[in-house]
Parts: sequence; C-alpha cells; structure tokens
Amino acid sequence: MGRISPSNILLLIFTLIAACAWAFPLYWAIVTSLKPEPEVVGSLSFWPQTFDISSYAFALFDTNLVRWYINSIGTSVLITGIVIMISMMCGYALSQLVFPGRRVLFLVVLASFMVPSQALVVSQFVLMHKFGMVNTWGGIILPQVIIPVVVIVYKQFFDSVPRELREAAKLDGCSEFQILFKLYLPLNWGITAALSIITFIMSWNNFLWPFLVTTSEEMMTVTVGITQVGDSFGVQYARDMAVAVMAAMPVAAAYLVFQRRVTQAIMLSSGIKG
Amino acid sequence: MRLKSRNRTVTALLLIAPFVICYLVVFAYPVYKMFAMSFTDAPLIGEGEWIGFDNYIRMFEHKLFYTSVYNTLYFVLLTVVPNTLIGLGIAMMVVRLKGWIQAGILVLFFMPYILPVTVVTQIWQWILDQQFGVVQPLIEAVVGRRISVFRDPVWAMPMVALVTIWWTNGFNVLLFISALRNIPDDYYEAASLDGASRLQQFRRITWPLLWPVTALVLTLQLILQLKIFDQIYLMTQGGPFNSTYVLLQLVYREAFGRNQGGYASAVAVALFVIIVAVSVLQYQLLKARGK
Repeated sequence: MGRISPSNILLLIFTLIAACAWAFPLYWAIVTSLKPEPEVVGSLSFWPQTFDISSYAFALFDTNLVRWYINSIGTSVLITGIVIMISMMCGYALSQLVFPGRRVLFLVVLASFMVPSQALVVSQFVLMHKFGMVNTWGGIILPQVIIPVVVIVYKQFFDSVPRELREAAKLDGCSEFQILFKLYLPLNWGITAALSIITFIMSWNNFLWPFLVTTSEEMMTVTVGITQVGDSFGVQYARDMAVAVMAAMPVAAAYLVFQRRVTQAIMLSSGIKG
Repeated sequence: MRLKSRNRTVTALLLIAPFVICYLVVFAYPVYKMFAMSFTDAPLIGEGEWIGFDNYIRMFEHKLFYTSVYNTLYFVLLTVVPNTLIGLGIAMMVVRLKGWIQAGILVLFFMPYILPVTVVTQIWQWILDQQFGVVQPLIEAVVGRRISVFRDPVWAMPMVALVTIWWTNGFNVLLFISALRNIPDDYYEAASLDGASRLQQFRRITWPLLWPVTALVLTLQLILQLKIFDQIYLMTQGGPFNSTYVLLQLVYREAFGRNQGGYASAVAVALFVIIVAVSVLQYQLLKARGK
C-alpha cells in the first residue's frame, strides 16, 4: 500500500469525488447564503454572480440570533463546567477511595448508560415546572448535567495513574481534594479537554430538551431558535442558510480546531480507547 | 486509625455528593415519576387519579401507537444497516490515503456529524425544495417529475432516513477507521504473497477482524435510531397522513399537544422498555464476545 500505482490514483480520485459529493450540501448552504434572494431562486449557479452579505446582516440585526447565541454559549459553558466537575470528582472517588456503597454506585452509573434520556422528557418537564424553571437557563441546564459515560471515562483514566505518585503526595500531607486537583487533574488535562469539547458540542446541538423547556423566543438556544426564523418571516432561503451557517459556526470551528480531541472523545465514549 | 478512616469516608461522600444529588433529582426521580405517572390520568401539569393499567390498555387499542411502532421500525430498517455499511465503505477508502489528504477528506466526511440537527434539516429542506432545490433536476431525470419529498407518503420516510445517514455517518466512519488501523499490515502482505485477491483479503482478514466493531456500531445505531424524533419533527411533523409518525413523537403529542401526561408517560415507558431491552441484549452480546 502507499505506493503510487494506477489503482491507488484511481482510488484517490474516486474518494475525492465521493468526499466532495458528501460535503456538497454544506458548500451549497454557504454559497446560497452569499447570494441575493432573486439569484437564489433564479438560477442554480454554483458560485454567486453577485456577492451579497445582506442575509447575514438580516440574521444578526433582524432576528433574535444574538440573544440565542448568548443563551447557547451560557448554557453550554455551564453544562460543560458542571458535567466535568461533578463527574471528575465522582470518578475520582470511585477510582481511588474506599467508601460504603462504592460498588453499588459504580453499577448504577454503568446501568444508566441504557436509560434513554428522551423517554424522560415528560417527567423532567413536570419536575422543572415544579421548580419554576421553565423558560430559564437553569431549566435548560439541569437535566443535561448527568452524563454517566464521563464518570466512567474519568474512573478508568484515574485507575491508571501510578500509585506511587499518590503515596508520595500523601506523605507530603496533601488532602484528597489537593491530590485530585493538583495531581490527578493535571495528569489528565488531555482527556479533560477532549471530554469538555465534546460535552460543549453535544449541549450546543441538543434540540429536544431546550425545545421543550423554552416557550418564549427570548430564552431559546441557537439550535432551537433558528427554526423560528422561517416561521415568522416566511421561507427565504438565502436568509435561512445564513442563519444556519451562523448557528453551525461555533461547533464547526470547535471541531476544526480540536479535531484530534473530538475524535479521542468519541472513541472513549463509545468504549474504544482513543 | 478509626478517625482517619471515618475522615476518608466523609471526603469520599463529599466528592460523590454533587453527582449523586444531581443524579437523584434530574435522572432517578424522573425515571420513577415516568412509571408512576403512567398509572394515573394526570394532565401534563397537576395531579391525577390512580387508574391502574388503563393507559396501557388504551395504548394497545390506539391505532396511532401501532402506526408509530411500525414507522419507528421502518426507520430503523432504513438507517441502521445502510448507515453501518456506508460508514465501513467510506472508512476503507479513507484509511488507504495518507497524511494531509487523508485528514482533509476525513473532515469532509465527518463535518455533518458535528452540526446541530436544525441546521441539517434546514439545509436539506432547501436542497430538496420542490421548486428551487438543487437535486430536483436529478430526481426529475430519474422519476420523470419533481417531487415534494416531505409531503409524499412514499418518499418522506426514506428521505428522512437519507438525511439521517448523511448527518450521523461520520461517527461510524471514525470507529471503523480506528479499527482498520489496528489490523497489522503484515496480514495483508502475507495474504498477497500467497496470491489472495483484494476480495479474498476483505472476506478472510478485514471482515472477521472488524466484526467486533461492526457489532458495536450496529447496536449503537439501533439504540440511537429507535429514539428518532428531531429530524421527523423538523421535516415532516409526522406527516403526510401519519406516514412518518414515530414513538417519541407520540409521547410529545400526548404530553405537550393534548395535555395527557399520564398516557404520554405510558408510551414513554414502552419506548424505555424497548431500548433497555436492546441495550441488555447488546451487553450480553459483548459479554459473549469477550469470552
């Protein structure tokens, strides 16, 4: 393999065509967003005859996009922070400490992998309503903070930290909290980064729950909000595509910048060591 | 000594407390509440009377429930195996490339997976638009007329499946690529020395060594696609003529559209039971494989 032979070149060309065809919808969305509306419906040109960024201006100034951005960034950052924090501490305790109920907790967390959170939306909504959290950030955030697989990944990584380091830290008089935050966490920055990025992307992209728990347009996240643009202004595809491109930008950028981490996180959370 | 071990327990409890408390409140309690509500006639908000198994009896007499089960299974059929095979095919093409070309092509295939579902559905609604959609000329060339695919009972579900495959395939590609990379090159070299053809190599080396990951991808896909809702809701709303109505949408409609919290919970329990059963089966399969 790897040698330059006619069959390899053929394969490369074929793969390239397939990849471009696969990514074509993305290209088409971007191109459409840069065309003036009459050109969008007037011709199938694969490159804008006149560049027009008024759709982006519309998205920014005439919709609630900025407001949705703030909601999405705020809730996704908070969800990520909370998920990482509580899962890391729990994973550490499961990995390094002896306490009553440890085995039960471990099994319960493992069993939770099977629970489809989508089936829980009705009772979670009832609960959030009881808390007075419908249409609030808290309501968006709370049901998303339990991600069992993060606990298990942390436990596995903490399991493989050499015992000697821990003993040395103990002799220096460190408390368990210090050992976790000054020793185990720095040793596992890589995995923390990977899990944070994937959690951020997943909560940014979550549709069902934010859609149910936000009824006022003001409180929607970007992922939910962009469906409102077509509804209230009628279908105008250049605008729709501009809004879609803006909604996808942060996660697409996060993926492009942190590709390796995203891949690693996906492998880990599906049970394959990355 | 005793004091020290008690201290240790206290520390451990402090460390697990935030997770455990959140878990009990937003995860364990809703599971209990879902089962409890399914035996009452509660509206979405507010208390209801205990009515035993009435909701379940009603469910099994509800025509739309069977339609939803049927459509959910139809969607699973249309997505799970094709999505796995396409992922494998793409992975086998990509894994043979090298360096930045490989990285670049992988990005093109993987990018859709990272997008929010609403972005995906908006893009495809534009692409498939009956009047101005860019693929309509293609559809016209094949079937002879333009089709409003999401308003056509025959086309709607396969098109939702197609969009879903496009959206989620990147995940499968990643898993298959990492599995393919784990197969030592020596195997193939030895096989070609023995004169094995590409097809033989695939059947005798790649496929058997890949099977554990293939099984994993299949079951992950199965569980994921049983929970179909977002794409359907955004593209067809279950129509036309309920031809794309799925289980989770029935839960949504009963709870949020018709204020039937109790009955919606019963349907949710059905979905819950199906998915847990599939997961247990998957676990058993994985365990059997481990032996």
